[in-house]
Amino acid sequence: MILIYAESPDGQLKKVALEAVTYGAKLASAMGTTCAALTIGTVADAGSLGKYGAGKVYNIAGEDVDNQNIAKAVADVAEKIGAEVVVMPFTSTGKSIQGRVAAILNAGVVSGVSALPDLSNGFVVRKPVFSGKAFADTKITSEKKVLSLMGNAIPLEELGAAVDVETIDIDLAPCKVKRLSVEKQAGGIPLPEAELVVSGGRGLKGPENWNVLLELAEALGASTACSRPVADMDWRPHHEHVGQTGIAIRPNLYIAMGISGAIQHLAGVNNSKTIVVINKDPEAPFFKAADYGVVGDLFEVVPKLTEAVKRLKA
Amino acid sequence: MKLLVCISQTPDTTANISFKDNNTAFNPDGVQFIMNPYDEWYALVRALELKEAVGQGTVTILNVGPATNDVVIRKGLAIGADDAVRIDTEATSANYVAKQIAEYAKDKGYDAIFFGKETIDFNGAIVPSMVAEYLDLPFVSLAQHMDVNGNTATLKRDIEGGVEVLSVDFPFVLSAAKGLAEQRIPNMKGIMMSRRKPLNVVAAVDVPNTVEVVHFETPPAKSAVKLIDPDNMDELVNLLHNEAKVI
Ligand SMILES: Cc1cc2nc3c(=O)[nH]c(=O)nc-3n(C[C@H](O)[C@H](O)[C@H](O)COP(=O)(O)OP(=O)(O)OC[C@H]3O[C@@H](n4cnc5c(N)ncnc54)[C@H](O)[C@@H]3O)c2cc1C
Ligand SMILES: Nc1ncnc2c1ncn2[C@@H]1O[C@H](COP(=O)(O)O)[C@@H](O)[C@H]1O
Repeated sequence: MILIYAESPDGQLKKVALEAVTYGAKLASAMGTTCAALTIGTVADAGSLGKYGAGKVYNIAGEDVDNQNIAKAVADVAEKIGAEVVVMPFTSTGKSIQGRVAAILNAGVVSGVSALPDLSNGFVVRKPVFSGKAFADTKITSEKKVLSLMGNAIPLEELGAAVDVETIDIDLAPCKVKRLSVEKQAGGIPLPEAELVVSGGRGLKGPENWNVLLELAEALGASTACSRPVADMDWRPHHEHVGQTGIAIRPNLYIAMGISGAIQHLAGVNNSKTIVVINKDPEAPFFKAADYGVVGDLFEVVPKLTEAVKRLKA
Repeated sequence: MKLLVCISQTPDTTANISFKDNNTAFNPDGVQFIMNPYDEWYALVRALELKEAVGQGTVTILNVGPATNDVVIRKGLAIGADDAVRIDTEATSANYVAKQIAEYAKDKGYDAIFFGKETIDFNGAIVPSMVAEYLDLPFVSLAQHMDVNGNTATLKRDIEGGVEVLSVDFPFVLSAAKGLAEQRIPNMKGIMMSRRKPLNVVAAVDVPNTVEVVHFETPPAKSAVKLIDPDNMDELVNLLHNEAKVI
């Protein structure tokens, strides 16, 4: 049996959770077993996880549950249903609970995996290491295993039909960490989930020039990101900072404008499927990591690109 | 305040990564090693600030690793930690490291244990929550701001597309993200004093390993970039639509 923790903050199923279910379903069929998904709290449309491959969907009641309780609940359910593998998304929640779940279950754990395990010689799973500069194929030898899955690692697939949600009773301890508030950025897809990302660097010269970038992002329906100095100078919010010390993303399309392509920046984006670089300096190191490049002044090139995108969509 | 800061050693951020022994082991030749940036810039400095604000206490550095790590441990002492402990063994997996840390810390009565959010080599983000579980302590990951009022800390942590504000009572475990503190450069006096500060070496406990890297691979080199005429953005859009199929 495989258990997927289908993380659903604010009661909404997130794309990373659906991806984890598809991943769990495919792994289950490779291992000749079935998979179940677990949600915690009130979750809209939890039964639809069946469509992405969950044979069963369990729910535990409880709002504003802290991470220690989530980890305990996931481990308890894994024990109850006899799960050999637990899969969860490699998100801010995953990073809070994966070690705990593994410790409770006495399981070997590999985080941020990017592909299905190779089962031909034990249980070997691939993950990016050295900030995207290499991959490590990691063998887990314990009986139980915990995996967390990178966003956009596998395409979503409809593998089944919606199922009924079964409630499980798990006693939750009083929360030791209390949530006081959440400050969410308005609208937009969170960066780790975004398939299209438009990113700006110091070459934009100042926050007042960001419209040129935002208009392209809007035409594409893309999320926005930035290089580290841009966040450090408060031109853009910190959660947009990608790279070695920011967040690592792997969208289908990453468009970088006015970013030189320092190795620490590349570390966060070099797993993107397609990279477009717009820079006026033909020697900018980013061109070496790019699929498509435009050598030119971004203030002239990007508005033209935005118009061309609009023509495509029209 | 009695504080513990767990630090790891990682290759420098600009290091060229290569492997040896038929791609089964990291090749350290010619690589410069540093203190993991999250541990040094944010976790250690915020712990020092907390001790300074309270006006008394100790900040102890803990590393699980061989004697070659002493250089980065001394750097932590030069930045301002009071003493250091090295658990003398190779750090072979997250669980192995977490068990060593928990075993050492369990009866020492630390008010808080600080970690970096992840190491920049294996990008695990596993050790901190594991230690929290072994010690049955609450844990806040990805902390980018902390206020302390008496026995309670209010923390902001990075979540997808926003920030969460949490409160927790001491003792607890945290992992540090960018923003929690400002990097401190060790000064001459700090470097001189660090030589006389205690660095205690303790033996490791036995922990079986359940994960092992069997093969490393570097991504295939990108083929040369396709350059597009800046006056022909329709062509770029066409390539993204029909060739790359991403829009
Ligand atoms: C330990 C460490 C960790 C780091 N972590 C990160 C990280 O996580 N993320 C990160 O991004 N950086 C990180 N850095 C910083 C990194 O080394 C670079 O300094 C940074 O990425 C540079 O940002 P930039 O490309 O925006 O600016 P610059 O390097 O200044 O590049 C600006 C680019 O814009 C181009 N340009 C200027 N004007 C125009 C124009 N009109 N049209 C088109 N192009 C133009 C220039 O040719 C240049 O290539 C880290 C550094 C260290 C030491
Ligand atoms: N060998 C080690 N010794 C002490 N602390 C470590 C060690 N490895 C990791 N850590 C701590 O755990 C954090 C997260 O590491 P990881 O879970 O491996 O990504 C690091 O930022 C350090 O604070």
